[in-house]
Amino acid sequence: MLRYLFYYLVAPGFIFSLILGALTSWIDRKLTARLQYRQGPPWYQPFADILKLLGKETIVPEGSTRLVFLSAPLLGLAAATLASTLICLFNLYPAESFGGDLIVVVYLLTVPSLAMILGGAASRNPLASLGISREMKLILAYELPFLISLAVVIAKSGSLLFSGILGPQVNHGMFLYSFSGFLAFLVSLLVVQAKLGLVPFDIAEAEQEIMAGPLLEYSGTPLAIFKMTKLILFFCLPILMITLFMGGGGIWWFILKYILIVTLIVLIKNTNPRLRIDQALRFFWGPATALALLAFVLAVMGW
Amino acid sequence: MVNLFKWGLKRSPWVFHLAASACNNCDIEILDLLTPKFDLERFGIVLVGSPRHADVLLVSGIVNRQSIERFRRVYDQVPNPKLVVAVGTCACSANMFRDSYNFVKPVDQIIPVDVYVPGCPPKPEAMIAGVVKALQKIK
Repeated sequence: MLRYLFYYLVAPGFIFSLILGALTSWIDRKLTARLQYRQGPPWYQPFADILKLLGKETIVPEGSTRLVFLSAPLLGLAAATLASTLICLFNLYPAESFGGDLIVVVYLLTVPSLAMILGGAASRNPLASLGISREMKLILAYELPFLISLAVVIAKSGSLLFSGILGPQVNHGMFLYSFSGFLAFLVSLLVVQAKLGLVPFDIAEAEQEIMAGPLLEYSGTPLAIFKMTKLILFFCLPILMITLFMGGGGIWWFILKYILIVTLIVLIKNTNPRLRIDQALRFFWGPATALALLAFVLAVMGW
Repeated sequence: MVNLFKWGLKRSPWVFHLAASACNNCDIEILDLLTPKFDLERFGIVLVGSPRHADVLLVSGIVNRQSIERFRRVYDQVPNPKLVVAVGTCACSANMFRDSYNFVKPVDQIIPVDVYVPGCPPKPEAMIAGVVKALQKIK
């Protein structure tokens, strides 16, 4: 029991994921800066942001639902931390894998978005409600291709367990090397972009049109908790991608693959304009779903 | 704990641009300030869209009869601790609008101002110096 509490709160759970997530976010900001020919922030920037927000005054807007407004960020943080703990744990100790853990992780990864919707809805702000309606549509849009590309992995490995997905990749090479695996990887890379709320799909938070969307009324500690949730997701989603498509290899290979995926995400972020919500919906339900379905058919045929 | 918070505040001032009926000249210079050339992210400065996220208010322009109520409300919406930088001669001393029928009060008689950056408009470098000076007031 105490062992699992340690896993959840310290490593590879809350503190470990938070620190590595902050460093990943720094890589993102630094790379973005270098792509724009500027110097960019120092490495401790995400830590400074979080520490500052934790110390600021917390304002609860008049007329909002106090309980939901303040507890929604905690819900998101708890779910993201649990997802990160599970993903890292299964990579470290595949024996800890339990039946259907992939499905548990997929559900846990939607909870941070739901928490954002709850918090935004409780804050009684017209721009926040605009943001949550976009967030809802975005979830509906990206979950379909994401689940189909997961089905590709399940069809290739024949297992719903993380250990069952990692096993064949360690023995016979990663899924990325096959046609179906490559297509599913591309689709889920775009889905990860949307899950993180990064640029082509940052429609819900669109800074320039609806300020910060669901986060508009948040200040101080609750805002810090939302930012921490984002950092933890930024850490664990690339690891999920590695587990699903690029499993196997030693620790140095793992770090190399991690940096590769983060770099890909940052490059997509910096070379694309923001889509409108209807364009995003059409993209995910059209070409992305078609690609994922094609990958599924190829996977069933054994390619 | 308090020291950690102050360390964070000094290194991550998030800026909200509050234009109190300015003539747009200072506003354009403020937007210039946020371009890659001046690279404000070196100091952790980020432009935020909501006053709830802000630490530093960049005020430009004179406050008139229409905007004074909104002006006070936006100031109150910023969570404590907050810093105010008056950008441009209008925000510092009302400039050529001091005798206007629509002019109410100088900015520093409505809300406390920490740093004044004069100029019509001030250079982006002067504004950076202003924000950095405002941060030095945090002890």
